[in-house]
Amino acid sequence: MSSYKIINHEYDVVVLGAGGSGLRAAVGLCEAGLKTACISKVFPTRSHTSAAQGGISAALGNMGEDDWRWHMYDTVKGADWLGDQDSIEYLCKEAPKAVIELEKYGVPFSRTEEGKIYQRPFGGMTKNYGNGIVQRTCAAADRTGHAILHTLYGQALKHNTEFFIEYFALDLLMKDGECKGLIAWNLNDGTIHRFRAHTVIIATGGYGKVYYSATSAHTCTGDGNAMVLRAGLPLQDMEFVQFHPTGIYGHGTLISEGVRGEGGYLVNSKGERFMERYAPNAKDLASRDVVSRSMSIEINEGRGVGKDKDHVHLHLSHLDKSVIENRLPGITDAARLFANVDVTKDPIPVVPTVHYNMGGIPTNYKAEVLTVNGSEKTVPGLMAIGEAACVSVHGANRLGSNSLIDLVVFGRAAAKRAAELVKPGTPHEEIGESETQKCLDRFDKLRNAKGDNSTADLRLAMQKTMQSKCAVFRTEKNLKEGVDEIKKTYDGMNSISVKDRSLVFNTDLVETLEFDNLIRQAVTTVESAYHRKESRGAHAREDYPKRDDEKFMQHTLAWCDGKNTKISYREVHKSTLTNEVQYFPPQERVY
Amino acid sequence: MVQINLPKNSEVTKGKYYQDKTGSKNIRKVNVYRWDPSTEENPRLDTYEVDMDNCPSKVLDILNKIKNEIDPTLAYRRSCAHGVCGSCAMNMGGKNGLACTTPHAEIHGDIDIYPLPHLKVKRDLIGDLDGLYKQYQSIEPWLKNNSTKETTEIVQSKEERAKLDGAYECIMCACCSTSCPSYWWNGDKYLGPAVLLQAYRWIIDSRDEERKARLKKVADELKLYRCHTILNCTSACPKGLNPAKAIAEIKKMIATANV
Repeated sequence: MSSYKIINHEYDVVVLGAGGSGLRAAVGLCEAGLKTACISKVFPTRSHTSAAQGGISAALGNMGEDDWRWHMYDTVKGADWLGDQDSIEYLCKEAPKAVIELEKYGVPFSRTEEGKIYQRPFGGMTKNYGNGIVQRTCAAADRTGHAILHTLYGQALKHNTEFFIEYFALDLLMKDGECKGLIAWNLNDGTIHRFRAHTVIIATGGYGKVYYSATSAHTCTGDGNAMVLRAGLPLQDMEFVQFHPTGIYGHGTLISEGVRGEGGYLVNSKGERFMERYAPNAKDLASRDVVSRSMSIEINEGRGVGKDKDHVHLHLSHLDKSVIENRLPGITDAARLFANVDVTKDPIPVVPTVHYNMGGIPTNYKAEVLTVNGSEKTVPGLMAIGEAACVSVHGANRLGSNSLIDLVVFGRAAAKRAAELVKPGTPHEEIGESETQKCLDRFDKLRNAKGDNSTADLRLAMQKTMQSKCAVFRTEKNLKEGVDEIKKTYDGMNSISVKDRSLVFNTDLVETLEFDNLIRQAVTTVESAYHRKESRGAHAREDYPKRDDEKFMQHTLAWCDGKNTKISYREVHKSTLTNEVQYFPPQERVY
Repeated sequence: MVQINLPKNSEVTKGKYYQDKTGSKNIRKVNVYRWDPSTEENPRLDTYEVDMDNCPSKVLDILNKIKNEIDPTLAYRRSCAHGVCGSCAMNMGGKNGLACTTPHAEIHGDIDIYPLPHLKVKRDLIGDLDGLYKQYQSIEPWLKNNSTKETTEIVQSKEERAKLDGAYECIMCACCSTSCPSYWWNGDKYLGPAVLLQAYRWIIDSRDEERKARLKKVADELKLYRCHTILNCTSACPKGLNPAKAIAEIKKMIATANV
């Protein structure tokens, strides 16, 4: 049995993660007078929200007529009808208010001639239910995420949020199916901390690092998702992994969809603007799954560029110099640094790159975590927001600029709901030591792991498997191989090796714990993909090329205790929240 | 004559030498500062022979290679790997920068990697930025505007917004402040270029209604006027910003605004 000295804390609410959604929730909780702790493994402004470039969607109508119902339709269609329409209604209706709030917080949005927030066109964003392009994506040049993250951190400081920075969360404390807090390891001094809370809000972001080539940060390891799995709860729609059409070839750095929004376009080795063939109306601004698939087909059919014909070109040198300078300065730098390209002269080499996880912790539109036990139930004391959550507003495919709005709308919703559920200062009930012990046993075992397999090698094996077996196009055979290979890698953990024995900034152990988190998500992702025998949104099965609404207009739920995975399904919510808008029934999805 | 020496327990000793095991003909020596507070040992400089034939172009790629293939105990901060999160700021070849955007080809000879200068070290390449973050909080980095309209934004002209360019992009990596001799000497009182650039960002935001109070707050012999226009800050900024100019602008505003 492992013995570590434990430092105890009591809070009304604990927010895990300090990116866009975690910070927005923390601000709302502090405003509501709840004693709030915000725990993060990195300093808040290092969170991956900072990497969001193009913008945040909201039907403000600053650049011509717009309506939140049009935004809702686009999101439902982008999601390929796997989104919950009550949640999508909430998102789109609340979006304008949320963006105005951000502006009041101080976000330095770019401006129109009238001094209003500038909005740019983005993939899949249309007017009047699919009839023409609308400018809906609010931008701070091409650094919108950075601007929002820093502003939200400022707001959190204004409200005296209590931060626990460079604390690595280990596990949730569960009692009789309710969440009572969590355990974290302070990297700064090696101490173990137990936070008791009436509500824990998970805001730990996505898990892009299960793949080899991703725009995601090194820290995008979905720690909260894995904590939920270890607590015996399911993850939802994990097979839906978004490949962003334009990651820099060879490096994976994101090149914003805003480039195409501002008039950039993709070209194959024959010099063709091939998107005209795949999406005659929206062309380069079709939704991301469509563009990524089209690019993959071009490459697979031998029309890729470069020595190995394995990527395509993104042209923007035809754009007005002032557009590049004022609206795309960040990607100009990125192209120079990581592709050695001067965008005013040459195209950027790009390839579809893993970018976003539509799947995650199932929640309702109030951010309460759901599970299915006979019927749909909320998990008391547990909420999830941001990329970690699957609300599900993005369904099978997220539209560009809908993630930043998701962060703030549901960050705010979580704070509101927690304020309804938790009375400030309510005493905490006693919890036994067994959960704590279980968590620390896992920690201690990995800390002292003396096996033969390095974490880096196992991680690489997992990433390569996911990259080749669970990519843009999938088949039964590929996925089956993927399931088997990932299991093998998982078993490799039995003989994992950790060389660093320190407790202070032991990043060897951090990465091992992160790998333990990643591999469980890899398992659920590839298993969920294997079981979904249809094509929908980002999940494209060559052997089942059609969408099958009869069998699969359902959310996948996946439980995984390490050894065993269980797959089940949950009905998609087929009604709206209010009668201000009607349910959008499934249609064929063309752009 | 005053003699200033490092205390005995701070002297950097010669560390371990990790010989190449790949048989590569294209080797570079990489010297890395190591220290773990949980041991009683002095800091040391470990040397790694790194196979450059299989290493991408940035210093961060070298560190990742060392961590993945040679020595997993090396500790450093890293996250986005494309110059936006500011985690991997460190001193490479004698210059501050982001490891993820600094090409190793620009460093000649052996590659020396240290934490950002003049910070307390938490471990290995991880510097203690807590003091800088507290200073950041002290400038109250949030918009002060009493507008209560919930449905529309505060109007800001394109020209007013353009004034924020070159200020709002700061990623708080601290390359500038930790390259500033004045900040090395008075880091507890002088706000330093990173925090002053942030102060400037709020002072010149046309939407902010507390400009005068903000100026007054920084108009202090120690907080502001320890800037002696050495300009290391500007040459260190990995985002191409100009904190020295922002500091000069603040001084000019104070001189002319009757604060």
